[in-house]
Amino acid sequence: MFVEEIHKLAEQELEARSTLKNRIRVCTGTACLSTHSDQLRQAFEQEVKAHGLEHICKITGGGCNGLCAAGPMVLVEPGSTWYQGVTPADVPEILQSLENKPIERLLCNPNDPFFARQTKVVLNHLEDIDPERLEDYLAIGGYNGLLTALNELTPAQVVETITKSGLRGRGGAGYPTGLKWGTVAKAIGSPKYVICNGDEGDPGAFMDRSLMESNPHAIIEGMAIAAYAVGANQGYLYVRAEYPLAIQRLQSAIKQASKQNLLGDNIAGTTFSFKLDIRLGAGAFVCGEETALIASIEGKRGSPRPRPPYPASSGLWGKPTLINNVETVANIPVIINNGAEWFANIGTEKSKGTKVFALTGRITYTGLIEVPMGMSLREIIYDIGGGIPGGRSFKAVQTGGPSGGCIPEEYLDMPVDYESLAKAGSIMGSGGMIVMDDTSCMVDVAKYFMEFCMSESCGKCVPCRVGTSQMHRLLEKITDGDATIDDLALLEELCDMVSSTSLCGLGQAAPNPVKSTLKFFRDEYMAHIVDKRCPAGVCKMKHAEVAR
Amino acid sequence: MTNVVTLKINDQDVSGRDDETILELARENKIPIPTLCHLEGLSNIGACRLCLVEIKGMNKLLPACVAKVQEGMEVYTDTERLQKYRRTILEMLFAEGNHICSACVSNGRCELQRVAQKLGMDHVRLEYRYDNRTVDASHERFALDYNRCILCTRCVRVCDEIEGAHTWDVMGRGVESRVITDMHQPWGESETCTSCSKCVQVCPTGALFEKGKAVSEMTKRKGFLAYLTSMREGLK
Repeated sequence: MFVEEIHKLAEQELEARSTLKNRIRVCTGTACLSTHSDQLRQAFEQEVKAHGLEHICKITGGGCNGLCAAGPMVLVEPGSTWYQGVTPADVPEILQSLENKPIERLLCNPNDPFFARQTKVVLNHLEDIDPERLEDYLAIGGYNGLLTALNELTPAQVVETITKSGLRGRGGAGYPTGLKWGTVAKAIGSPKYVICNGDEGDPGAFMDRSLMESNPHAIIEGMAIAAYAVGANQGYLYVRAEYPLAIQRLQSAIKQASKQNLLGDNIAGTTFSFKLDIRLGAGAFVCGEETALIASIEGKRGSPRPRPPYPASSGLWGKPTLINNVETVANIPVIINNGAEWFANIGTEKSKGTKVFALTGRITYTGLIEVPMGMSLREIIYDIGGGIPGGRSFKAVQTGGPSGGCIPEEYLDMPVDYESLAKAGSIMGSGGMIVMDDTSCMVDVAKYFMEFCMSESCGKCVPCRVGTSQMHRLLEKITDGDATIDDLALLEELCDMVSSTSLCGLGQAAPNPVKSTLKFFRDEYMAHIVDKRCPAGVCKMKHAEVAR
Repeated sequence: MTNVVTLKINDQDVSGRDDETILELARENKIPIPTLCHLEGLSNIGACRLCLVEIKGMNKLLPACVAKVQEGMEVYTDTERLQKYRRTILEMLFAEGNHICSACVSNGRCELQRVAQKLGMDHVRLEYRYDNRTVDASHERFALDYNRCILCTRCVRVCDEIEGAHTWDVMGRGVESRVITDMHQPWGESETCTSCSKCVQVCPTGALFEKGKAVSEMTKRKGFLAYLTSMREGLK
């Protein structure tokens, strides 16, 4: 299939749409599915059929619009009328209203700050795409990035474009993507591989999940462009088995793309061939670490190995390998389509583009948001997220999951970018953002994350295996009201020791939640240790009575 | 292509080849670096973290057993910071298992004990876990005492890389990790074990031992490994 034919497919889709009077998109993301959007879609289909409206009103699926708290979401076109919290009982009313005014009580205001303050780059058009249909992706200009790269750019020019765009890895560490691509492109060895890391494991994070579920073709396109740039012909999409919907949609997307020759041999009539396979992770958090992920794909136990050598020179089966996170990959087609300068104009000097965050916890609007780098935490939490519900007050926001930290109120006006977050003792991470109010005990939060790291440690190196368990025990002593000042000193010593000596990122970052809560909420630790009291009233302080 | 390089270890000028590890070059020059998971003749995994060294101008500590030497590198193997970390690593190992030397077949012949003495780890500040672990004595000639296992995985590697049986492997995560035989069946029922005893001989502690040995009686013979690997090198 050649470029012209791909464009023709897109045109046919747009033509077919023009004969429709209305199109109703029911969100098919996991959050909306959990509120039975699949039944809602069926109800729409039946109702349309009952009235014989199939030829002018099409019911189709759509991707996530982000406001997961208000699902199921329904989009009525033309006119982009958004409805929230729709039930099958509302279906007849919605269909009747198509000719008239929209239904006020179900209306979701697209001018609400939750939508208006966002800048959508990778989440753009998600609502216009039925994740099961390649035609929908083509209709919004999908695969144009790949076709442009293959027909108009050399691999070196693609790398240059990505370098110029200033894109940095969205998996957490923020390594410059262009530099990584350039290194793999230059690495000696053949064959080369590209891997997309979809092993999103941070508690409270669902950015990559939503992307894979809502727009699987964008991931495929991004990976194909990456493969072309670095000289790889085989790619692996590593997705955790806990994301069955993402896996199913990626699988069918790969099939569709292969059928239209957007994957496989001689893509779109060029000399470039690229095959893509899915590999499933078996639920180990550590497999998000690149060397452990590679071991897992090779069929071995998913435990990390010391770097260097980095995967760029010796990765999968000892060959040069490019590993990028899902969100990083999803940015690629957009950058190729709109140009490096366009992308570099978004964001701050050192952190370009946008970042997707999964907003959860004690916040009015939980959901998926995308904001330009450099927006302040206050804007994200209060303007977009709608602030803290129930008249409670803000206490901290946790970013970066078990490898990140808790940021207190005094840092709320800080811009969100890689450097600022690191300065505040946290990290950008993959984009989980958990908001906590005054009912949360920060020692308890630190204990929760330490328990997570303890049970997710692969057990290979001593500091992580034993250190996390020892630190967890010390935190348990503190929340039980059993700890002394010496225990706190030991905890701090172990924090330094475990982060300095652990083999991989999991262990090196495991003390971060403790370090940051100790930095900003030391008084809470002291209240537990000295006064045997939990200020937030969360910890049971089992032995407090005895101590008194 | 390998090149010769010159570098400094503890301010001492040394020369080596750039395919050598820091550990190899240090030992060549009689500069001691403590190790536990490393064993000459087996692949290196950098897991015990005892051999971490400081490199001038680098924030990260590097495991000497896997890090290759580089021209102009300035390595420090015995700084105060490293000594402190190493003692804590040993404390962690002692607190993790049930290492009661006075009741151990390897007492006086144990690598963990020796390293602890050498590095001055005279007491454990961490809380002992008193883990309830079992003993697998199902094999006819050998036994595995999980209480003494420090998960160095020398047994796993020698069985896979030298004997070629791959009877041993690791299961579980974190502190729940265990070495297992075959698909986690008793050692005595293992279908792949050749009873070659290589795993027993390379085990640094009293975790793997020959049956019939009483306290302090288990002497390990690791010499065979150098012999076997040099024979293999010769065949290449």
